[in-house]
Amino acid sequence: MRNDLFPVHAGFLPLIDSAILVVGSEKGFAEDEGIDLTLVRENSWANIRDRMAIGHFEVAHMLAPMPIAAKLGLTPMPLEIIAPMALGLGGNAVTLSRGLAESLNIGSDGTAFAAAPSGKALFGEVQRRRIGGLKKLVLGVVHPHSGHNYDLRYWLAASGIDPERDVDIVIIPPPYMPDALKAGRIDGFCVGEPWNSVAARDGSGVIVTTKSEIWRSSPEKVLGVSLEFAERNPEVLKALLRALTRAAMWCEKSDNHEELAHLLSRIHYIGIEPETLLPSLSGAFETADGTLHHVEDFFIPFSRAANFPWRSHALWFYSQMVRWGHADWDASQTEAISQTYRPDLYRSALATFDIPLPAASSKVEGGLPRTVPVGASKGSLLLGPDGFFDGKIFDPDMIEAYVLSQKT
Amino acid sequence: MSVAQLSVLVIDENHIRASIIEAGLREAGYQAVSVINELDGVAQHIERSQPDVIVIDIENPNRDMLEGLFALTRSVQRPIAMFVDKSDQPSIEAAVDAGVSAYVVDGLRKERVKPILDMAISRFRAFSRMARELADVRSELEGRKMVDQAKAILIKARGISEEEAYRLLRKTAMNQNRKLSEIAQSLVTASNLLEPQEQKP
Repeated sequence: MRNDLFPVHAGFLPLIDSAILVVGSEKGFAEDEGIDLTLVRENSWANIRDRMAIGHFEVAHMLAPMPIAAKLGLTPMPLEIIAPMALGLGGNAVTLSRGLAESLNIGSDGTAFAAAPSGKALFGEVQRRRIGGLKKLVLGVVHPHSGHNYDLRYWLAASGIDPERDVDIVIIPPPYMPDALKAGRIDGFCVGEPWNSVAARDGSGVIVTTKSEIWRSSPEKVLGVSLEFAERNPEVLKALLRALTRAAMWCEKSDNHEELAHLLSRIHYIGIEPETLLPSLSGAFETADGTLHHVEDFFIPFSRAANFPWRSHALWFYSQMVRWGHADWDASQTEAISQTYRPDLYRSALATFDIPLPAASSKVEGGLPRTVPVGASKGSLLLGPDGFFDGKIFDPDMIEAYVLSQKT
Repeated sequence: MSVAQLSVLVIDENHIRASIIEAGLREAGYQAVSVINELDGVAQHIERSQPDVIVIDIENPNRDMLEGLFALTRSVQRPIAMFVDKSDQPSIEAAVDAGVSAYVVDGLRKERVKPILDMAISRFRAFSRMARELADVRSELEGRKMVDQAKAILIKARGISEEEAYRLLRKTAMNQNRKLSEIAQSLVTASNLLEPQEQKP
């Protein structure tokens, strides 16, 4: 190790979307930019947040709503976090216990992982339990302020299920989900890969839909950076963003997936055999009857501006935090919230790169039925498809109307 | 209000550490101390015992679950915040470094909770020290056992006395600038490898 490198410590959780950080550190991309990037595997999102607050981590693999929660003062310690880069799009799935999925016939008739039919089937089960006075379904997510919680709730609500009244949603750390399902403590979960595939492989669970089916090209993890560190070391942050962009490009290439799966399978990263990691990279998953089905855009590490920290993503998360009572609606806060995402820093770090960057910092979410070219700094940039399974769109300029329309 | 009236819940999957903290709190006059070692049923326990302060190992992967629970209790007017004073950075740092996290009912005065946190920090540190010492003692014992085995091998193979065998090991260790136990380990491993394998029929 060269001793002229700038040390940066990053906390992460064992999930497939930690790939960009792992590759940045392992494949020499960070070192090429003068950074000694040390990755520290953590046990909880709470720990990642707290260790950033006291300065152990300058940057971290983070749930996309975390910088917003910090801005809203929902964290126990004072902490300002910015998101100057997203760590890809997609990457989660919803898994139900095998017994439940089979009894509901989910994924048959070629519907595979489509969100509407699986949601409809689950709605039937919820109705049956309500009428019969049976125990509510218990579903696991990893953190209250997480893409998983909001994806799951969005899917349930749009399928006619009230996430507050009709089911119990509990918090379980990602690596413990498959065990909880196996032991019957929960009936299903929404979690990042590979933990859906782990449950599917041991036979206890069946993937019934994916984040990409609920909302195509949707945000999940970001590179969370302590604002204090970013302000003190602007050049180091730029160098890190360049290194991680190269890492993201490397992760996207299918020729590298085999090597990536082996890298991530190491015990200090995810610690799960490569075969179980490959589906999330290729998008090929098994349905309940064992048919292999290709999920479009399951996880996008780089292309179609997958690393661009869209301010509209931050605002969508805020709308969901309000929707589920995690935050109060305050129109005067929206500006400050959208500014936790920093497309300006992303653009300036990549100014010398020959890749097209979006000209806008915000976009209408869910409005692209197919891949389209959009205005970019240079060359041509393709975005989408981007769509919610219920056909709704989110216009960040109309956030108040959106929030009101979701009140039940 | 006397200290005895604050109720403290210690959540720790490590039984020994949990009892060390519990004993410390009781000695300091806190009577309402409860301990749970497993997270099953923690929600019901918290609802029932209504603790003012919760002390939990910072590495416990269920902290996210616990915080999710507190987010829920917010709606029933029982807000719980981590650490008593957000501005008391040094004390927070000390806690995180020692591996302690604490959740405190919002609005409790800092002076009332600080002794509990300080106690937990010092007991956590003492426990880590103890665990380290125990590991040292174990490895020393292992080392001694290894040296005894190595001596036995030398006595048998070279027909020398125990003292000569020991001197030979020590001299080799000094020449190679390695630990005595490492030299012994190498010899035992090599000897096992050279041992004639059992013949298959």
